[in-house]
Amino acid sequence: MHTLEIRDLVVALTETPDKPIVKGVSLTIKSGEVHAIMGPNGTGKSTLSKAVAGHPDYTITGGDVLLDGNSILEMEPDERARAGIFLAFQYPSEVPGVSIANFLRAALQARLGEGEDLDAVGYYKSLYAKMDMLKIDRKFTSRAVNEGFSGGEKKRCEILQMAMLEPAFALMDETDSGLDIDALKIVAEGVNQLRGPKLGVLLITHYQRLLNHIVPDHVHVMYDGRIVKSGDKTLALELEEKGYDWLKTETAPAVS
Amino acid sequence: MQPLEQPTAPDAQEAAQAAAIGIDQSAGDFSYDIKYDYDAGNGLTENTVRYISAVKKEAPWILDFRLNALKTFLAKPLPTHWATRDLENIDFEKIRYYLAQGQKPKRTWDEVPEDIKKTFERLGIPEQERKYLAGVEAQFDSEAAYSNVKEIVAKQGVIFMNSTEALREHPEIFRKWFGKVIPTSDNKFSALNSAVFSGGSFIYVPPGVKVAQPLQAYFRINAENFGQFERTLIICDEGSEVTYMEGCTAPKFSTATLHSAVVELVALKGAKIQYITVQNWASNVYNLVTKRGLAQEDAEIKWIDCNIGSRLTMKYPGVVLKGRRARGEVISIALANDGQHQDTGAKMIHAADETTSTIVSKSISVGQGRATYRGQVYIPKHLKGCKNNTECDALLINTNSRTDTYPAITVRGDKHATQHEASVSKVSEEMIFYMQQRGLTEAQAMSLAVNGFINDLANQFPMEYSVELKRLIELEMEGSVG
Ligand SMILES: Nc1ncnc2c1ncn2[C@@H]1O[C@H](COP(=O)(O)OP(=O)(O)OP(=O)(O)O)[C@@H](O)[C@H]1O
Ligand SMILES: [Mg+2]
Repeated sequence: MHTLEIRDLVVALTETPDKPIVKGVSLTIKSGEVHAIMGPNGTGKSTLSKAVAGHPDYTITGGDVLLDGNSILEMEPDERARAGIFLAFQYPSEVPGVSIANFLRAALQARLGEGEDLDAVGYYKSLYAKMDMLKIDRKFTSRAVNEGFSGGEKKRCEILQMAMLEPAFALMDETDSGLDIDALKIVAEGVNQLRGPKLGVLLITHYQRLLNHIVPDHVHVMYDGRIVKSGDKTLALELEEKGYDWLKTETAPAVS
Repeated sequence: MQPLEQPTAPDAQEAAQAAAIGIDQSAGDFSYDIKYDYDAGNGLTENTVRYISAVKKEAPWILDFRLNALKTFLAKPLPTHWATRDLENIDFEKIRYYLAQGQKPKRTWDEVPEDIKKTFERLGIPEQERKYLAGVEAQFDSEAAYSNVKEIVAKQGVIFMNSTEALREHPEIFRKWFGKVIPTSDNKFSALNSAVFSGGSFIYVPPGVKVAQPLQAYFRINAENFGQFERTLIICDEGSEVTYMEGCTAPKFSTATLHSAVVELVALKGAKIQYITVQNWASNVYNLVTKRGLAQEDAEIKWIDCNIGSRLTMKYPGVVLKGRRARGEVISIALANDGQHQDTGAKMIHAADETTSTIVSKSISVGQGRATYRGQVYIPKHLKGCKNNTECDALLINTNSRTDTYPAITVRGDKHATQHEASVSKVSEEMIFYMQQRGLTEAQAMSLAVNGFINDLANQFPMEYSVELKRLIELEMEGSVG
């Protein structure tokens, strides 16, 4: 049982620390829970997730992020990753010349102690099983990470990595965008299979339809750097119906 | 004979790994205090040349060849009108041009003097020999300490020995081509080598013989202020094939060391030569090497050249495509770390119809490292049906790294096909963050990115070498990330 607590987090671009993008967000995710964040473009959803993962473009100017009660802000991005935080990127990077198989192998090897070696047979077995689950062709193991991948293939590759690395918390940034209807189902099924008492999820999405497949325990609305409303899965339906404008007036006082 | 440093005993597995092909510079950073029986002293005069020739009991024509070369060397200016002025920092008066314990290499490791044997054992050479090599020559400073070729290869008539022995025992084979592919006056350093050369491999493969396993030479510098000037000549007779691999290391001294080799390859009709270099010099070595092959009709010469380490490397392996349908290929990988300059490239001289050349160069600049690609492709007007494909890609790790490209492709006439591509890319912060987010440290992410960049080339190497290259890159990147 783990807890990821985002406490009054203020995030700015490293080059302009006095202009916050995320303006005081608090959110606690426990193992087994799925939280969804929705909100208009440019309100800071990706910024929040990248800042938690330790992206160097961002500086945290206020608040804290605690993993099981301990601040992770002094940790390097790779230490946070090994501590169990996984970010499924909205725009995953290409890694030219490095095959998916080698990349994941290196990532898993990095989690082992000095002198320990990954068992190659077991590794491939588990890789193939997870590719089958996500209906990814085995030919992909030898393709360079994300290089020349279609938008949907990139997203599926992110979930494959998540499945292999078995994080304690997954921050999934618009994993549904770019997926066709069938792929959306496959990815959602994949996430649902990983869902369980060991995994906490923060799901960033614009669309209710993903939440039909991955049913969230909590839904939060982010607006201009703040969480302006939280509720259960019905909140997503309400947003789908009304859009975001009504929140401006309704929640303005609660925000300050 | 006191070892400078007692060899420590790393645990067995680590030693086996480090010894994969023995070019790990950190593993190679040790030296022994050897008592040399033959020492030409510091500086270069006619007497130095006469001393070397006398010690080797050379035929008069070789001494003449050397003395002429010395004159050429002294007369030629440093090529600083196009090359770096760092060449001016070489102090030719300080260098020791010949150091040896003896001239005759041993045929078994047991006969090799203790400290020299220990050196090569630490570098893993005898073990590789047992595992996958057809023959080995191990040069220690000026002379080969060990040289042996497996019996089945010798029985096929393959000659594999050092230059001293070969010029004495088989002048009828080697004299014909010696200094013909690379004339003494080619450049200042080929002239220097021609004056004071010692060691290096001479190989002759008889017609139709295909040597199944590679032959390997290992060049080890042990002494400080030393200049190593090996000379290699490989002749593949008609329809024969050979793969030759060389590795090199030196300990890290505070003063500069000079390595200036001349390597000539001759592939007669239909012959194939593959020459693989993986060198990882200490960061104070000037590595100024001239390498060229001559390919006759239907022959093929392929240079695979990996340059890691050294203070300055200048090396442009070339092929003169002399016979119809001859093929030449250079695959070059250079990694320039902080304070290093890799000035590398390739030369393709087309001299017959329907000749084909391919150049693929990949360089990586790290920190303040500087990588320069210099190419020369020449196709004259009177030929037809020639092809050249040149591709140079540079990868910059930091914003202050530097890369330059001077491709120089001269194609006269319109009956040829040439293609040239060049690219410069940066390892982006975004990509490194992406990899770190998967749990890799910054250094691991960097080395994975670099290995990805050269992946398509490294896959063309024999397995042992590509594994070793990967590991060397990891070591380099670890050292370069704070
Ligand atoms: N690295 C950056 N450089 C410049 N501006 C940035 C950077 N990162 C974020 N921003 C700005 O901060 C704001 C929030 O961006 P962010 O990507 O977090 O939004 P988002 O909520 O994820 O939007 P979307 O729904 O479109 O993905 C935007 O105005 C964006 O332009
Ligand atoms: Mg976003």
